[in-house]
Amino acid sequence: MTRVSLFAQDARTKSRNAAEKRFRAYGLSAIVVALLALVWLLVSIFGNGLPAFRQTFISFPVTLDAAVLDKAGNRNVAEMAKTTTIGYAKLLATSLEAELAAKGIDLGEVKSKDLTKMISEESPATLRNRVLADPSLIGQTVQVSVLASGRIDGYYKGRVSMESAAKDKNTSPEQLALADQMQSAGVLSMQLNPGFLTMPDASDKRPEAAGLGVAIIGSLYMMVVVLVLALPIGVAASVYLEEFAPKNKFTDLIEVNIANLAAVPSIVYGILGLAIFINFAGLPQSAPIVGGLVLTLMTLPRIIIPTRAALKAVPPSIRDAALGVGASRLQTVTHHVLPLAMPGILTGTIIGLAQALGETAPLLLIGMVAFVRDFPGAPPEGLFDPAAALPVQIYNWTQRGDPGFVERASGAIIVLLVFLIAMNAIAIYFRRKFERRW
Amino acid sequence: MSLIKLIPSTVAILAASTVIASARDQLQIAGSSTVLPYATIVAEAFGENTDFNTPVVEGGGSGAGRKKLCEGVGEATIDIANSSSRIKQSDIDLCNTNGVTEIMEVRFGYDGIVFASDINGADFALTPKDVWGALAAEVVKDGAAVANTAKTWADVNASLPAQAIMAFVPGTKHGTREVFDEKVLTEGCKEAGAYDIFVAASTGADDDAKKKEAGAKCMALRTDGASIDIDGDYTETLSRIDANKMAVGVFGLSFYENNTDKLKVATINGIVPTVETISAGDYPVSRPLFFYVKKAHIGVIPGLKEYVEFFLSDDMAGEGGALADYGLVPDPELAATREAVAAETPMGALE
Repeated sequence: MTRVSLFAQDARTKSRNAAEKRFRAYGLSAIVVALLALVWLLVSIFGNGLPAFRQTFISFPVTLDAAVLDKAGNRNVAEMAKTTTIGYAKLLATSLEAELAAKGIDLGEVKSKDLTKMISEESPATLRNRVLADPSLIGQTVQVSVLASGRIDGYYKGRVSMESAAKDKNTSPEQLALADQMQSAGVLSMQLNPGFLTMPDASDKRPEAAGLGVAIIGSLYMMVVVLVLALPIGVAASVYLEEFAPKNKFTDLIEVNIANLAAVPSIVYGILGLAIFINFAGLPQSAPIVGGLVLTLMTLPRIIIPTRAALKAVPPSIRDAALGVGASRLQTVTHHVLPLAMPGILTGTIIGLAQALGETAPLLLIGMVAFVRDFPGAPPEGLFDPAAALPVQIYNWTQRGDPGFVERASGAIIVLLVFLIAMNAIAIYFRRKFERRW
Repeated sequence: MSLIKLIPSTVAILAASTVIASARDQLQIAGSSTVLPYATIVAEAFGENTDFNTPVVEGGGSGAGRKKLCEGVGEATIDIANSSSRIKQSDIDLCNTNGVTEIMEVRFGYDGIVFASDINGADFALTPKDVWGALAAEVVKDGAAVANTAKTWADVNASLPAQAIMAFVPGTKHGTREVFDEKVLTEGCKEAGAYDIFVAASTGADDDAKKKEAGAKCMALRTDGASIDIDGDYTETLSRIDANKMAVGVFGLSFYENNTDKLKVATINGIVPTVETISAGDYPVSRPLFFYVKKAHIGVIPGLKEYVEFFLSDDMAGEGGALADYGLVPDPELAATREAVAAETPMGALE
């Protein structure tokens, strides 16, 4: 018999140890792959999207010439409204030309008509609204800060270069050179762009002005509808099923169906919503109320399941004690079981809402993928006004022809991610703060 | 218990909904994704320059838009359907069944369809015959139909670059595909003389069946990977070209005009596609753009007629207007269309 040292590993031990090492390596590499994918995703989204939060502005004084803006001279808003945005665009261009001349900047090859192209088409409309709201401004010289056009803005974000501008019919290298001069004279500058969060969507001709305002309000309205409908219905259903319902084949069937509903693809709810809420009930298209109702249907099982789990986690001793001192079953539930289950219910609800916030597919079918520029009114009437939603706005922007919308779409993804992370953080906070162990 | 109060109140909101919903004060427009950018530009300017609300514009495709238009009359239905192809008899029949008896047809301009490749790639001077010869499933060799084996563009026409054939064409759900089939493939097939050979080789029962079979053969694309259907929109085609620098893609003129720094356009029959060559009729591949207005909604939904008139105004659809600036080819008969709109003339039967 050979003598074997306890310190020397025999073949089988070696192979078992090696197998363990291999297994660890597999696990570690799986995590590394997952992390790399996440980092890659975040880097590409943030790299593309962060520029959307900054925008190039041109600041100069504008003389609001009464001869152009108020031909009748009576400051009558109805008559002044006849001067369209095209008139205001010309006014902006002449004022900019005068400002450049005053600063000693030579226009060079750029014609004064091209100056209009360097200013966003959104700006004349903004100025027009400002003048119509306050006709006393006419005749005065006001300082304005207008958006530069998408191509000029792209130049400072690295999207447009002198070479590409030479081939581009929407801009020219001369315009970019002029923009550089304007920048050194302090007329043109890159600033934080709050409009990305507050302004409505814009057409293909003015990507620089497109914002998420309407989409954020629309998403907010939908979440309110989902919360108001899904939370009470979901909690009532769970409490009944968990605390009151008899255990029989019928309630078993309901339970199985709730679990199945949670797994139904969300587009199915969109088809259902189109058929029931729009075609049958006659609710308006593109309205947050319909979006909210569809998302409620989708979220309900996703709230019921964690709520039931939270109710189950409350120990029977609590119920027995309450019933033992003479509480009715309703009192037991409302005074003891529900408050103890509340953290779990809230966590489930918030995560359900977060899922609903990011949902796109069902909204495609009920007309939410629309071009909406007017802000919806205040609730409850505003719930019936057309609105967009954050995820569909992203989808919408990825389909636009102008390259300026690429950064907008990524910027919108960042906004959506921030909302989702905030909601999940709140859910985690509730769970940590109110969690009880028995 | 607030829970118990909440449920009836939500039911009350739902019940009130039908009352509130009957006061729609903005236009609802849906349809072609080719017309969508034009419609949003007009809607935006319309909202800014008038007291009416900005219309809500949806995409979804020409066919889907016309179907929605024909769903019925009333505020829950849309007012205008954008369409990149003419309305079909089946749509009109559906409209009539649902009580939409009067539709106004508005043709507001033309759209060019262009072939473009990567900006740094080779120059292409194509003809419909070359495109058909490169992409058709069956071509003609020595008077007989054989499977297409051309590997490079130079195999099809020696004057073209010796570059592997790879083309991104719009999928069959697109209105653009119809024009591509009709004005490029069918034309090219006839030019190459293949149509007659296909007719002769057909086993159809009568002349009509034979012609139909030959027509379908002309439009059949090869399936060996040289021709790739794109079901998404032009942004997808653009990113595919970005990934395959050797490929050629089919775009709308306006999309190309807004991406001239990334794409190089091919000539067709020696003609460069521009707004001018298309409106002069020199460039062969173009199509009219329409929208269809539900006449019963004029005077009911505020701003409907004003929107149509605004759309057709010189500042928008006219020459040098905002839409031409974006790539629309203005319609030379715009004045007649304006008159028809002013008189609210509904469209007659399709010829």
